[in-house]
Amino acid sequence: MRLRRWTLGLGVVTLMAVGPLAAHAADVVIGDIDDMSGVYADVEGAAGVESINMAIADFGGSVLGRKIAVLSADHQNKPDIGASKFREWADQNALNLLLGGSNTGVNIAMAKVAAAKKVPFIVIGAGGASLTNEDCTAYSVHYVYDTTALANGTATAMVSAGGKTWFYLTADYAFGTQLQNAASKVVETRGGKNLGAVRVPLGAADFSSFLLQAQASGAQVLGLANAGTDFSNSLKAANEFGITRTMKPAALLAFLTDIHSLGLATAQGLYLTTGWYWDLNDETRAFAKRFFAKIKRQPTMDQAGVYSATLTYLKAVKAAGTTDSDKVMAQLRKDKINDMFAKGGYIRADGAMIHDMYVMQVKTPQESKYPWDYYKIVRKMSGEEAFGPITGLCPLAPK
Amino acid sequence: MSTILGMPVPVLLGQLTLGLVNGSFYALLSLGLAVIFGLMGVVNFAHGAFYTLGAFAALLGLQYLGINYWFALLFAPLAVGLIGVIVERLLLRHLYGLDPLYGLLLTFGLALIVQGALHQVFGASGQSYPVPPSLAGALNLHFMFLPLYRAWVILASVVVCFSTWFVIERTRLGATLRAATENAPLLQAFGVNVPLLVAATYGGGVALAALAGVLASPVVLVNSHMGTELVIVVFAVVVIGGMGSILGAIVSGLLLGLVEGFTKVIYPEASNIVVFVIMALVLILRPAGLFGRE
Repeated sequence: MRLRRWTLGLGVVTLMAVGPLAAHAADVVIGDIDDMSGVYADVEGAAGVESINMAIADFGGSVLGRKIAVLSADHQNKPDIGASKFREWADQNALNLLLGGSNTGVNIAMAKVAAAKKVPFIVIGAGGASLTNEDCTAYSVHYVYDTTALANGTATAMVSAGGKTWFYLTADYAFGTQLQNAASKVVETRGGKNLGAVRVPLGAADFSSFLLQAQASGAQVLGLANAGTDFSNSLKAANEFGITRTMKPAALLAFLTDIHSLGLATAQGLYLTTGWYWDLNDETRAFAKRFFAKIKRQPTMDQAGVYSATLTYLKAVKAAGTTDSDKVMAQLRKDKINDMFAKGGYIRADGAMIHDMYVMQVKTPQESKYPWDYYKIVRKMSGEEAFGPITGLCPLAPK
Repeated sequence: MSTILGMPVPVLLGQLTLGLVNGSFYALLSLGLAVIFGLMGVVNFAHGAFYTLGAFAALLGLQYLGINYWFALLFAPLAVGLIGVIVERLLLRHLYGLDPLYGLLLTFGLALIVQGALHQVFGASGQSYPVPPSLAGALNLHFMFLPLYRAWVILASVVVCFSTWFVIERTRLGATLRAATENAPLLQAFGVNVPLLVAATYGGGVALAALAGVLASPVVLVNSHMGTELVIVVFAVVVIGGMGSILGAIVSGLLLGLVEGFTKVIYPEASNIVVFVIMALVLILRPAGLFGRE
């Protein structure tokens, strides 16, 4: 076993040695650190970098007469890699903005670097609401969605539809527990009951035994507080074991790519909450069409969000007339965000970007009329309703 | 309702049955590893990658060639086994006689390349492989509903495992194979084509991994990462069973599936480390493994 660990280590070191090209000192440098090769790589990943490039091209390629350069790196879902890469870019590449991809654990680690290095940090793919609460910083923005909004959307919809008793399948790390806690709170305040939860190790090979435990609880709703492949595999097994006949599954976080993997036959009827959908209106469809031409997939909310976040940052730099972190942050908090991603969105004192969220239901195969026609809108939530009031847990935003 | 350790008996039985399903996969995979290590002395770190390739062969066979599940059970192991033979002839054979570490590094590198290539082409989120219609329904075992497909996995795995064991331990072909590991030059002197035998052994071990991949494809989403985590557990299974012991690999595969299933009920958070805890204990108390010879 010692040999194995040694070789694994060697592999990791080799992978890490392949770094991005250095940017010129005079450029405005935008970094993106995300899972590029692991379970969340399709949610944002390399296609997200493409979105960033699209945004820069749409902005004209330069701001304040300076060229805009992009750096990207794979954090491999390891907090230490994400944080050290961020620190390296801040120290050596004069990084102006970091876009944080998937994985709450990694993003919490990177938020600490943002505070220390005073670099604006916009979280895209990670969901943990702690990023605007306990783990908030003066330089963090949480842009696309968070666990509070997901719970307010999906859990509220399920309880109103009669799902009063809940049992959770929870991914055993920061994101999973935050999502479960947020959903539990919603269920309780709406008069439902939480019957229990089972914490499943991340990347488990088999979900059936956890599902049987959920079924044994007798709960009406199966709350899936996990994401990516874990979510898809647990829903697939729930179907296979007939759990979905006695329990209604609630996807506390599902991306378009997950639904695409599962297919409508398995995913139909599922409630989920999303910050954006490609088929909402002409503007979203126009972006999706351009994205599809490059990636051959429709964009997820993260891939649309990272485009919007890049534009928002560049607009703020232009308006502030500087890349000075504090001035840009002040400008970001002043501006309203109006683009294909958000209408009337704004960044709150705790860093949450408040914008509309959508409760969706997955269509049946009969309802789906064309490729990627997967969701129907159940309800549109205002940003205030979705993200809830300021909790006071973030010292920058007293209650 | 009667209980064992505070658990209703039906719940316990259900979990143990599921444990047996997972154990079937462990057994098939660790068997291939044990064959390759036992007969060739190669620590095949690419085993998980071959498992993944087996699943992809089934998936792509279905999507592009219309090969159904039953033919895929034959086609995928053959195709992937052939890749294994090519790998052995082109790469692995140059490393015989060197420290086993070199074989381990080579196969580890291969695994990274295969995984990276699959990721590049198919992305991370995976694709669904449908359960064959003839195995759709579920069995009523009274204590649980077991999907027919999972019951089939147990059956198929047990049959394949014990046939492999029988061939290696009880037939003339198996005796020749074992002779090749004991004294290759002598066997060669008897007119046996030893290099061919070794290549076929590696191909066979790899084909077992691919078969496990086909069996798994209707159960999990087929994706480039499916073998990565699994292979580490399977290595632990092989160590527990005794490196190179065929019977040890089969029995400890099934047994550890059961133990894991049990852990999922009493302390789910530990379910992905329980195998390693047992491995550590076995290494301390019986370093050669449960079935290994000192």
